[in-house]
Amino acid sequence: MAATAPAAENVELMSQVKQQIALANAQEMLSKMTEKCFKKCIHKPGKTLDASEQRCISQCMDRFMDSWNLVSRTYGNRLQRDHYKGAADMAD
Amino acid sequence: MDDHENVSGKDKEMEEFMQLERQKAEVTALLHEFNEICWEKCIGKPSSKLDQATQVCLSNCVDRFIDTSVLIAKRFVEVINGRQ
Repeated sequence: MAATAPAAENVELMSQVKQQIALANAQEMLSKMTEKCFKKCIHKPGKTLDASEQRCISQCMDRFMDSWNLVSRTYGNRLQRDHYKGAADMAD
Repeated sequence: MDDHENVSGKDKEMEEFMQLERQKAEVTALLHEFNEICWEKCIGKPSSKLDQATQVCLSNCVDRFIDTSVLIAKRFVEVINGRQ
């Protein structure tokens, strides 16, 4: 069954809603990332961020995103496993 | 009125759209929670990549957290129903 295009009146609103949700998600990501990487990298706050602290923050950001991706994948796999297990249980 | 069916068609579409987006947002919020908890459990000092042990830890963490959540929900129902 082919998907029908949304009503013209709704297209704009749908786009705005998606944008707002994406923005909220990005803000949450940045907020958490800042908190976690500050904790990992800044031990004795000095007058500036020195080179090693900046390097640590940069790596930390990358690892945080790696972690996010892995967590997403694991969750997706888990949902599939539970879905197929549920279906198999019902088939017995 | 002629427009009646058309209006409720649009509204229903919006309603379904909003419900789907809400569900997606709930999943995303859950992922943020998993990521936060498992980061604390599994990440030591950030390095140039996630090594194998860390990846396994993160993956196990998500699954065990879900298992914990399921177990607590089940047990809570029992407790509420008066059984220990």
